[in-house]
Amino acid sequence: MNGDVVISTDRLTRRFGPVLALSDVTLDVPRAAIFGLLGPNGSGKSTLIRVLCGVLRPTEGDATVLDLNIRTQFEEIKRRIGYMSQRFSLYGDLSVRENIRFYARVYGLSSQRQDEREQAVMTLSGVGAYVDRLAGTLSGGWKQRLALACSLIHEPELLFLDEPTAGIDPVARRDLWDLLFALTHQGVTMFVTTHYMDEAERCTKVGYIDKGRLLVLGTPQALKASPQVTPSGTLRYEVACADPPAALARSRSVPAIRDATLFGITLHLLVEEGLSELQLLERIAPGDTTVSLRRIAPTLEDVFVTLSRAQGMEAA
Amino acid sequence: MRGFWGILLKEFSHIRRDRATVFFTFMVPVLQLTIFGFAIDVTIDNIPLTVLDLDGRQESRRFVEAMAATRTFQVVERPTDAESFRRALTSGRAKVGVLIPAEYSERLLRREEAQVQVLIDGSDSQVATTALNTVNLLTTQLAFGRARVMAESMQLAAARNMEGEAAMPIEARARLLYNPDLQSSHFFVPGLIAIILQLVLLFLTNLSIVRERELGTLEQLFVTPVGRAALLFGKLTPYALMAFGELLIVLVAMSAIFGVPIHGDLGLLLLLSSMFIVTVLGMGLLISTLARTQLEAIQFAFLVMLPSVFLSGFMFPRSEMPVAIRAISYVIPATYFVEILRGLILRGADFIDLSPQVAGLAACGAVVLWLSVTRFHKQLD
Repeated sequence: MNGDVVISTDRLTRRFGPVLALSDVTLDVPRAAIFGLLGPNGSGKSTLIRVLCGVLRPTEGDATVLDLNIRTQFEEIKRRIGYMSQRFSLYGDLSVRENIRFYARVYGLSSQRQDEREQAVMTLSGVGAYVDRLAGTLSGGWKQRLALACSLIHEPELLFLDEPTAGIDPVARRDLWDLLFALTHQGVTMFVTTHYMDEAERCTKVGYIDKGRLLVLGTPQALKASPQVTPSGTLRYEVACADPPAALARSRSVPAIRDATLFGITLHLLVEEGLSELQLLERIAPGDTTVSLRRIAPTLEDVFVTLSRAQGMEAA
Repeated sequence: MRGFWGILLKEFSHIRRDRATVFFTFMVPVLQLTIFGFAIDVTIDNIPLTVLDLDGRQESRRFVEAMAATRTFQVVERPTDAESFRRALTSGRAKVGVLIPAEYSERLLRREEAQVQVLIDGSDSQVATTALNTVNLLTTQLAFGRARVMAESMQLAAARNMEGEAAMPIEARARLLYNPDLQSSHFFVPGLIAIILQLVLLFLTNLSIVRERELGTLEQLFVTPVGRAALLFGKLTPYALMAFGELLIVLVAMSAIFGVPIHGDLGLLLLLSSMFIVTVLGMGLLISTLARTQLEAIQFAFLVMLPSVFLSGFMFPRSEMPVAIRAISYVIPATYFVEILRGLILRGADFIDLSPQVAGLAACGAVVLWLSVTRFHKQLD
């Protein structure tokens, strides 16, 4: 019993026939945190959420959610969590109000509390202006707000959001995140999957999952500072030059350059300290007069790329 | 039963907004009633007949007139040469050809055996059988008529009737019960109730669940504390009610439009219909647990519908089926319900008469419901 830990998993494994969708996933999520789970498509993000929500049984391992066991107490868990899936999973042929009311009834709210909560989630999500619109006619951002409103109707302590911002515009994306922050201030814990690095940066704790294995786990700050990401004796640089793809190709043949990635019109390099800045520029962009470079801290993307490569080598 | 009302009311909202469902539910019975009640008439008459009469005298004309008088046949051609006679049959203009030889009248007068050749197009077995039976019966009657006249004059009748005239030694006095006019609508329409209910219910329930699975809303529901029973009953009850309304419409149409009276107990009819409705809901649920997409659901539903239409005895009598096929018909719920409907509506059968069918339907229903409810989990696989 730990009042500060909301989700705790112990070597959670799930197989679909021969496919290992989750492999020995061990993590915990503190109360009122925003936990961000990242990973490529098909890496096991949705499977993990489904197992934690009690709609998929784990093959091996165990987990508690809100101090309830996911194997035996899943129906109790469902009463206290909210879930917003990847796809728009509301009823397009029902109005905004009908959708919200439907979930209020499904969660068995008393009629007085139903009115209270309907008002509260409509105000919070801002969908109140569209009460009589059919949900199917809302724009992507508003659909997600409605989905959020529905998942909050029973005041869950823990909210699972499976790619809540996939396919919505940047403004709607920022608005949704502001809403999520507002909720964590009320003590709600968030478990969010995403593809966006900027969203991951806003999380209090992040994990990176690939092929069912949790490769990285920690706060964004701790991960960026980790010696595995920027080993001692190496430095990170951002290089702006006339022909970045050519520079990338050249950097591959320099042994002192441990890693090189194209980042928009610039190049991110992980370089051994022994190589001076002048030597570095000579090697990758000879004769380029416009070239410039600056030292940078690793981004979360650097963290994930470096650590999953390292894991990949270990596995090989 | 937490969430039952939520699901139920939501389902009604879907139905209200989905004009296609409402159309499908209430137009399909109307269409089917029209087709089976009016268009399909399996009593065979007016079979086109071609006659090549090489005799052409009174006796041969009498034979042809007798054939036309049965109304089973209609003389469409009277060719004068063998080639046209043959053509009429090969072209399909006539299904039956009668060839009366030139010496027909003479042979009858000489009290010799006269022969008439009857050619029947066997392609459609039902038409051919009817034609064959009618021709046999007709010639027997004509032959006996001549024999009776002879017997009368020679005082040698095999049997005599009350008036002392020569008569058939044995006479079968057949009386048609329950459907004295042999109207095919009387036979088809009661059975059609089973088919309509099954068709509409099977598609609606199964699609309403599979649609939610496809849209992802079912997964969303699995994450809520809604009970399995509430989810199932909430989703299926609206369709059960619609089916019951449909049943009443069909029953009213049956007696008002087709004049098929309900001879049995209406209460028992509604009760047993409800039992069938519940069984079909179970079948719909079972299919929905097997199908991943709406397309698959439709294919599965057709797979179930076809044997129900063709093997349940609705279209073809089960007694004519090969043993293996007949064995299959025992596991089709519609088989029992079609017999129950015909028994109750046409023959005025009561519960005791129908107890074997009721038991069969109950057994099918129990198995289907048990299978579907155990297969339907609030889980993803």
